[in-house]
Amino acid sequence: MPEASLITAKGLTVSRGKRVLLDAVDFEILPSEALTLIGPNGAGKTTLIRALIGMVPYSGTLTRRKGLRLGYTPQKLPLEQLIPMPVDRFIALSGERNRARRREMLARCGAEDLQDSQMAALSGGETQRVLLARALMRQPDLLILDEPTQGLDSPGEARFYELLSDIRAETGVAVFMVSHDLHMVMAQSDRVICLNQHICCSGTPGVVAEDPSYLQLFGPRAGIAPYQHHHHEHCDHD
Amino acid sequence: MIDPFLLKAALAGLLVAWVAAPLGCLVVWRRMAYFGDATGHAALLGVALAMSLSMPPLVGVVVVASAMALTITFTTRSGFAADTMLGVFSHAALAIGLVAAALLPGVRLNLINTLLGDILTVSNREIIWIALGGAVILAVMTAAWRGLLNATLSPELMAAEGGSLIRDKLIFTLSLAVFVALSMKLVGILLITAMLILPAAAAAPLARSPERMVAISALIGSVSVLGGLWLSWEADTPAGPSIIVVASLVFVLSALGPRKN
Repeated sequence: MPEASLITAKGLTVSRGKRVLLDAVDFEILPSEALTLIGPNGAGKTTLIRALIGMVPYSGTLTRRKGLRLGYTPQKLPLEQLIPMPVDRFIALSGERNRARRREMLARCGAEDLQDSQMAALSGGETQRVLLARALMRQPDLLILDEPTQGLDSPGEARFYELLSDIRAETGVAVFMVSHDLHMVMAQSDRVICLNQHICCSGTPGVVAEDPSYLQLFGPRAGIAPYQHHHHEHCDHD
Repeated sequence: MIDPFLLKAALAGLLVAWVAAPLGCLVVWRRMAYFGDATGHAALLGVALAMSLSMPPLVGVVVVASAMALTITFTTRSGFAADTMLGVFSHAALAIGLVAAALLPGVRLNLINTLLGDILTVSNREIIWIALGGAVILAVMTAAWRGLLNATLSPELMAAEGGSLIRDKLIFTLSLAVFVALSMKLVGILLITAMLILPAAAAAPLARSPERMVAISALIGSVSVLGGLWLSWEADTPAGPSIIVVASLVFVLSALGPRKN
């Protein structure tokens, strides 16, 4: 095992009853890299994340670098409508007692005006900024983001990726992100893993985009922005 | 001069209302009203078993209610919807308790008092038990409060931050089981869930932070206890249901009132 990797998975397998959700998945997450996980619905992306954060039992091995600090943003907070929860209090629940530091991090994530708002009243983009601020409070080595741009419009999505790329440049934090949207994300990633129960293919965005198993899963329209034209040369239908 | 029975009942009732506030808020936030019902209903079987074995009823209630709460919490889903399963557990527990109370030797149970509460006959010793048990629940919940809130908001987030979900579940379920034992005397096993969720639900539209909601809910619980006891004293109505009637009125007022935001 290379000493440098933050997380190494070998033969990671998760089953529920007779169904195999993840089948002998091998991968590693390297320091400071932006790694994106893509795959169709039901491919096991969420299961993989849940295994990484210790929510589901698995077989195989999952090794974390010693002392690894993890930041995580869930897709959404399902019960937020029921709990009165001001943003600043939510950030404090990460364990950060220093109000000035909480305020600073919210400002860093473009959410300084939101500290007294209720979590339930935030828009999708605002929620993601607040979740990101909370994840960063822990000064993580690795951020795990579960579909952070789901439900955002295109400008909101672009702003979120811009923020993320600034933060990466500043802190060198590695990002492991689950995503549906292929264009933006793949342009932002160092490496891409394409999952469908097992790992279909992985590599740089360019390599994955040309991979037959990727094209089979996502169809020939799933072009990655910079490579789009090359793709269309391969297409002979639709 | 206020009657000493009434004073004792008020003291016991207020203690229960204060302990109910944080637990009730968690039950409301987590959508676990049915879970509270099932745990509460299991208490009847606990009382019957304890009497039959000549043990203190409170011990039987804590044991059986804990067993019920832990079974539900750690039973993996079985192909039925969660509310169906909880309904099955809850009503089976109530029915088994009723049958056991009739069948087991040595059980002499005032069914109405067990089901609806009997706070006007609360003894000094019972008040001490309520105070001690309540203090333990409040101390544990205060110590674990941040974790309880995190597990409520997002179990995934809590796990990722290194928190223990099992510890959270144990604290929540065992606190609930002990609370069932403490509150039985006040509202009876049929209305335990009402004592938990009505004040919390009435507090929800008025609160802007989780702790504020707990505080308001404790206040509404206290008003309900005092109002219900007064109603019971004046109109000779059963005390437990009278408390819940007052809590329901407060809930309606709060729900009709102006919204924050």
